[in-house]
Amino acid sequence: MRWKATEYAGWGRALTATGEMARPERHSALAALMAEEPAPAIGMRRSYGDACLNGGGRVVDMTRLDKFLGFDAETGILHVEAGLTLGEIVRVMGPRGWLPAVLPGTGFATVGGAIGNDVHGKNHHNAGSFTQHVAALTLLGPDGTAKRVTPENERDLFRATAGGLGQTGIIASAELQLRRAKSDLVTVTERRAANFEDFTALLDASEATFSVGWIDATSRGATLGRGLLEEAETGAGLVPARKPSMRVPMDAPGFALSTPIVRGFNTVYYRRIPRRGRSVVKPLDDFFFPLDRIYDWNRLYGKRGFHQFQCVVPLDAAGVLRLMLERISGSGLASPLAVLKRTGPGRAGHLSFPIEGYTLAVDLRARPEAEALIARLEDMTADAGGRIYFAKDALCRPNRIPQMYPELDAWRAVAEQADPEGRMFTDIVRRLNLREER
Amino acid sequence: MSETWIILGATSSMARALARALAERGDGVILAGRDMPELEALAADCRLRGASLAEPAAFDARDPACFAPLVDRARAAPGTLNAAMFVGSMPDQSDIDADPALVDGTVTDSFTGPARFLHMLAPVLEDRGRGTIVGVGSVAGDRGRVGNYVYGAAKAGFATYLSGLRNRLTRAGGHVVTVKPGFVDTSMTWGIEGMFLVAPPEKIAAAILKAVRKRRNVIYTPFFWRWIMLIIRTIPEPVFKKMSI
Repeated sequence: MRWKATEYAGWGRALTATGEMARPERHSALAALMAEEPAPAIGMRRSYGDACLNGGGRVVDMTRLDKFLGFDAETGILHVEAGLTLGEIVRVMGPRGWLPAVLPGTGFATVGGAIGNDVHGKNHHNAGSFTQHVAALTLLGPDGTAKRVTPENERDLFRATAGGLGQTGIIASAELQLRRAKSDLVTVTERRAANFEDFTALLDASEATFSVGWIDATSRGATLGRGLLEEAETGAGLVPARKPSMRVPMDAPGFALSTPIVRGFNTVYYRRIPRRGRSVVKPLDDFFFPLDRIYDWNRLYGKRGFHQFQCVVPLDAAGVLRLMLERISGSGLASPLAVLKRTGPGRAGHLSFPIEGYTLAVDLRARPEAEALIARLEDMTADAGGRIYFAKDALCRPNRIPQMYPELDAWRAVAEQADPEGRMFTDIVRRLNLREER
Repeated sequence: MSETWIILGATSSMARALARALAERGDGVILAGRDMPELEALAADCRLRGASLAEPAAFDARDPACFAPLVDRARAAPGTLNAAMFVGSMPDQSDIDADPALVDGTVTDSFTGPARFLHMLAPVLEDRGRGTIVGVGSVAGDRGRVGNYVYGAAKAGFATYLSGLRNRLTRAGGHVVTVKPGFVDTSMTWGIEGMFLVAPPEKIAAAILKAVRKRRNVIYTPFFWRWIMLIIRTIPEPVFKKMSI
């Protein structure tokens, strides 16, 4: 296998790595690589921080291993290579009336990445996490052996691989349980939430299949935590055409996301929805992957990149979220991208992010003040019995992790057994001491 | 009426992109190459994307015994029969310098193997009175360079062969498109120093389909390589022989 020396980054672009990358294009090449010179897998690098980085080491780019391998229309099981993107599955299988049971906010994520981070979607409260709908996966261990892992035959290994950040080996392929869906379009009901209390009450009362809230992270005082709740169902009908996608031609200058501009934008964005709400029909992609139309929107944060802080706290800790929002809006650092959602208990692995509660995600341009704010928010998260999301994190300190992830020791034991020589280490594993030090 | 394409070297990056594009418009594909499990996986991929027929087939440019069964299969294929040749190999020139025997394999993979196969296939197209052959050459075949001239020579030979075959098939209603890709982002070029203006394989596949539709004779893809190669071909030999590009 030829290795290419390269510099690369995650989606947030605040952290980068320099190292060697291989990009096998056929399964036999991947299997040979794992037998001879194992390295961790990366996909489309849609995780924000360093979960997809291995500075000074090697990584295996999986994006050319992206084939559909088989579909059983009786059971709805779709077998795909792990480098296939979820958007491609939606594009090909959607018109036949089948969709992945769980879709994260970007269709550019790969199946392997969706499992390695056990991602969730706008239906987490009723559908659970992505890997809960994985019937089996083919795992190539760092010893070169291939294993078909199911929740039944290898319970611990399956759980350690779901959300396991690639530490148990490379996921070569996966069998996904798709769902029947009338999937031409999505009917979306959008309504205003006047403040944080109003917002959580609306989220608690929502019975929609899909729900997600945009939150104005700059609003203060009586309107603290105001936002827009989107509730949606898939359905059949005539689809409005999707607008063509765009590219961001350059890194945006810093003032583009300065406080007054963001505040103004958010107010306009909020008032766009009438006071009594509205229902609209959207193409599937527009609802599930709203930002994918702007191909490289991460450039809007400038060349220094950005951080996304995402936490989940238990239901009874909603008050802590309110305090966090006060800090965020008080800091004037927030970007327009902020999301509030209710999560259910569904999770597939030891290190899966979701717990039942509320999850808050806020994007912040990378700079020292933002890093200080995020450190404070992480402390508040841990103290409230919540946790941060490895797929987004770039800044957390290792001492906080065991408290946030009580199953860390159980996971570590399985990961060490699967990769005893530590060949699958990545930057996030080193930074957060997730595994035994070497 | 749907078309059937026989694709040689089907697991290569560009061939895979072409096979998928064909599958999505409902054409049939016979996917030939050496890595049978990979070909079976690609056939499954094409079927799910909408191919009316997708079958793996064994083909090794160095084993002429496998040519005849493949030609028989092509003869039995429904609809218009087309073929696309992506076979070829490009060892490092330094490896060839160390082991001159590698010249034979390179020439067989990139020129004489596919040429011999096409010679067996040509009568099938002549009988049908239609069908297109896509032969993938390379800009490396336009001029011999110190860093890559054995591969370049093989591709140049193949390009000349395609030119003659076009001359022949045109009389019978068939057509030949010679494709000369520049640098393409494939496993062959991954990690090689000095690559620039690298195109994704999907872009090459789209250009090939357009060229077939418009019955173009020779295309450079991406298009600007026509101009780059024009300049490179125009450099006088006394100057060129001292250059290293």
